[in-house]
Amino acid sequence: MNIDWEWIGTHFDDMWTATAEHLALTVLAVGVGLVVAMALSLVALRWRPAYAPITWFTGILYTIPSLALFTFFIPFFGLSLITAEIALVSYTLLILIRNIVAGIEGVPDAVVESARGMGMTERNLFLGVQLPLALPVIIAGIRIATVSTIGLVTVTALIGQGGYGVFILRGIRRQFFTETLTGTLLSVALAVVADLLLVAAERRATPWARRREAV
Amino acid sequence: MIRLVGVSKVYASGDRPAVDGLSLDVAEGDIAVLVGPSGCGKTTTLKMINRLIEPSSGTIEVAGRDITSMSPSQLRRSIGYVIQQIGLFPHRTIAENIATVPRLLGWNAGRISRRVDELLEMVDLDLAMRTRYPAELSGGQRQRVGVARALAADPQVMLMDEPFGAVDPIARGRLQDLFLELQQRLRKTIVFVTHDIAEAIRLGDRIAILNVGGILEQYDTPADTLRQPANDFVVDFLGSERGLKRLSLLVIGTVPLEHGPVLAETATVDEARRVMADHGVDWIGVGGDGRLDGWVPAADLDGRHDLSGLSLRRFQSWLTVDASLIDALDVVVTSRTSVAAVFDGDRYLGMLTAEAIARAIVQ
Repeated sequence: MNIDWEWIGTHFDDMWTATAEHLALTVLAVGVGLVVAMALSLVALRWRPAYAPITWFTGILYTIPSLALFTFFIPFFGLSLITAEIALVSYTLLILIRNIVAGIEGVPDAVVESARGMGMTERNLFLGVQLPLALPVIIAGIRIATVSTIGLVTVTALIGQGGYGVFILRGIRRQFFTETLTGTLLSVALAVVADLLLVAAERRATPWARRREAV
Repeated sequence: MIRLVGVSKVYASGDRPAVDGLSLDVAEGDIAVLVGPSGCGKTTTLKMINRLIEPSSGTIEVAGRDITSMSPSQLRRSIGYVIQQIGLFPHRTIAENIATVPRLLGWNAGRISRRVDELLEMVDLDLAMRTRYPAELSGGQRQRVGVARALAADPQVMLMDEPFGAVDPIARGRLQDLFLELQQRLRKTIVFVTHDIAEAIRLGDRIAILNVGGILEQYDTPADTLRQPANDFVVDFLGSERGLKRLSLLVIGTVPLEHGPVLAETATVDEARRVMADHGVDWIGVGGDGRLDGWVPAADLDGRHDLSGLSLRRFQSWLTVDASLIDALDVVVTSRTSVAAVFDGDRYLGMLTAEAIARAIVQ
C-alpha cells in the first residue's frame, strides 16, 4: 500500500476537473433541492395536514439505497445528468424540509403575533421575519444536505457524471490504491471546506445572534 | 372612538362563549382597562378590535368606521399594539424595530429616522440604543421599545395586552408612571388589558370588569367602581382595602381643608391661646396671606405680647395639593401633630386632618 507520489504529481489537472464536476453536481442538487423543499415546506406550513404525508414520502426516498435509486431512473433518462440529479435532489428533501419547517415554527409566537398585530401581510411576515429568524436552522439543514450530497456524488461516477468517484472506481478496478485514496481524501476535504463555508455564511447572515454571544 | 356592539365570540371547541354579547364604548382620549379573572375574554376582546380574532357576531367600530370595512393589515397599521411578551424582532435593531409600521406605510428614510429619535427620547431611552439588538436590552428597556414601536406611526388608538405584566415590580411602577406621563401628552384612545386590579385602578379612566365568559359586570370610573360596586362579583374582585384603593385615586385638592391653628404675626398671645384651645393643640402656626412661615410650641409664648419675633420651627409634615390621599394619610398619621400643611407651590392652602380623609372615604 505504497503511495505513488509521481501519479499524484502528474494528475493535478484531473483533480481540478473532478473537483469542478463534483462541486457542480453538488451545488445543482442542493440548489434544486432547496427550491423544491421550500415549496413543499410552504405547502406544509400553510396546510398543516400536508406535513405528515410530505415527510413520509421524502422519508421513503431517503431510505432507498443510492445505487438502487440511480439505476431505477436509467431506463427513463439513461446515463445522464438528469438521472444523477433526480436521485441527489431526492436525498436532500427530507433534511431540508424538516429544517425549514422547524425553523419557521421555531419563531416565537409573540414575534409572529406582534408582526401581524402591526399590520404586516403574510408575505411581509414570511420574508421579513420568519425566514430570517429561521435562517440558522435552515442553514444547519443545508450543511447536512451538502455534506451528504458530496458523499453521494462519488457514486454518480457510476453513471458517467464525473467527480471524485471516477478516481475511486478506477482505483478499485485497477487495484491502484493511490488513486482510490486520492478520490476519498478529496471528497472528505471538499465536504469539510463546504461545511466551513456554510458556517461562515450563517454567521454573516445572522449578526444579531453573534451580538448576543458578546453580551 | 371605539364602539363594541353586541360582540360575541364562540370557539368551535368551547361549550360556552368566550365573549358574550359585549357592548362597550371608549371615548376619545380615554384609557379603558379590561380587567377580570382568566377566562373572562379580555384578551379575546382586545384582539377582536384589531381583527387578530374575528368576532362570531356583533359589530366593532373604530373612529366611526366598521372595522370589517378595511383589510386587517390596513386596520392594524392604524392601531398601536403592545403585548406582554413584547414580540420585538430579534433580528432587527432597535431603530428597525421601531420603524416597522412607518416602513410598512412607506415613509421615506429621513422621516423614519427623525421619528425613531423622537420616540426613543419620548420613552426615555438613550439614542445609542438605535443600533443595538433586542437581546442586548433589559426587560424594562425592551418594553419601552415595544411602546415606542406601537406609537411609531402616531396611531389614534392603542391596544395593550398586559404590557407591564412580565417586568419586575419596580420596573413596572416606572413604566406605569411613564405610560401615564405619555398619555397626558398624547391623549391616545387606549384599551388596556390586565388581570391586576391595582394596575386597572391606577391607569384606567374607566374600568370594565369582566366575568368568566365575557360578561361585563361593571363599566365605570375607578373611583365610582370602588365607591359603588355593581354586585358581589365586583366586590370580590376589587378585594380588600377598597377604601384605601379609593384613597389612592383621590388627590388632596378634592378634600376641603381647614385653616388650622394659624395666625398672623400681629396676633396677640391671648388670641393664640384661644385658637390653640379651640383646636385642642399645644402649638400655633404663624403666617397669613397664603404663607405659612412655621410654628412654635405654646411654651414659647410665655411672657410675650404678640407672635412677632419668635424663632419659628419648620413644618416637617407638609404635602402638595396634587398628592394622593393615600400619601396624605401616611403623612398625617405619622406626624406628631396629626395634621399636615398643604401647599400649592409656595402658597399655603390649609391643614389636612385624618378626619377629613376619613370623610373622603365614605363620600
